[in-house]
Amino acid sequence: MFLKMIGIIILTIILTIISFIFNRKKTLKGIRKGIMMFVKILPTLLSVIIIVSIVLYFVSDKILMQYFGNKAGLMAYVSAALIGAISIIPGFIAYPLSGILISKGISYAVIAVFITALKMVGILTIPLEAKYFGLKTAIIRNLLAFVGALIVGSLMAFIYEMI
Amino acid sequence: MMKNIIKKYKFDFSIIAAFTVFVCFSFYFHYEPGIDIFKDDFWAFIKEMILALPVMFILVGLFDVWVSKEKVQKYVGKASGVKGVLLVMMLAFLQAGPLYAAFPVAYILWKKGTSPTNIFIYLGATSIVKIPMLSFEIGFLGIRFSLIRIFLSIPVFILVGIIMGRYFKHNNLEVKDGR
Repeated sequence: MFLKMIGIIILTIILTIISFIFNRKKTLKGIRKGIMMFVKILPTLLSVIIIVSIVLYFVSDKILMQYFGNKAGLMAYVSAALIGAISIIPGFIAYPLSGILISKGISYAVIAVFITALKMVGILTIPLEAKYFGLKTAIIRNLLAFVGALIVGSLMAFIYEMI
Repeated sequence: MMKNIIKKYKFDFSIIAAFTVFVCFSFYFHYEPGIDIFKDDFWAFIKEMILALPVMFILVGLFDVWVSKEKVQKYVGKASGVKGVLLVMMLAFLQAGPLYAAFPVAYILWKKGTSPTNIFIYLGATSIVKIPMLSFEIGFLGIRFSLIRIFLSIPVFILVGIIMGRYFKHNNLEVKDGR
């Protein structure tokens, strides 16, 4: 985890310096924009981490593994896909959350299904999608995306088992 | 303004306040479960994120000021074939925000004459890769995860786009303005 972070931090420092050399004003504007975005999500992020901490305290690693671990097999993928399909979680919360779940021992493949379904399928936003594309189209697209998420996840499981 | 902030984060602030009280209480009275929740879970998670998150947001902010979606959007229009597919994908990758934020853009593309297939490829692409969000994904899940996921997803959503495009054309459907 820490190594990945160091990479991102170094990359950001290098890019910021390059950006600063080319355009000081734009760089400062960008940095300010980024920090503002961070401050805006901070309360939500904190409360999500609090809720997750409490839930994970009561849900033992054993139960978590039973439903989402390697031995849960296909059910782990289907539950991950369903949770992803139903929820509307922005990326900057979904990724830290996934990082937590991985550190608890859930496989990358299950997380991949969750992330893909979360992004491609939006059951709660079908009414909104229907306003643009019609109800039938919205439902078909979401179904196909759901199947697509399961395919991506199973392929990832396969690849992660190979390496 | 202060009032608006409190209103907007009402739910979050109440959770944070309740948790703070709970943790102080736990430490004061040596309530084990409370101390465990704080130390083993909450604090462990915070430690991993607190340094990296602001950095990732700075990256997102910089990206935002340097790359303009409007410029790419101008080129998409009627472009067809491989070039059209590549352009809608590029536009999609630059987009931030949730899937439903892409619907109005899909309508604009439709107005500009983009084919149904390319519009559905756009929807798929925007949900799979968002460059501004990549730093989060790589930071928390690793670059290997991102690369494998992206390369596996591209053919899947192109296929979904082709199927949806066929269906859309076959039934003479239209993208509406969402009202």
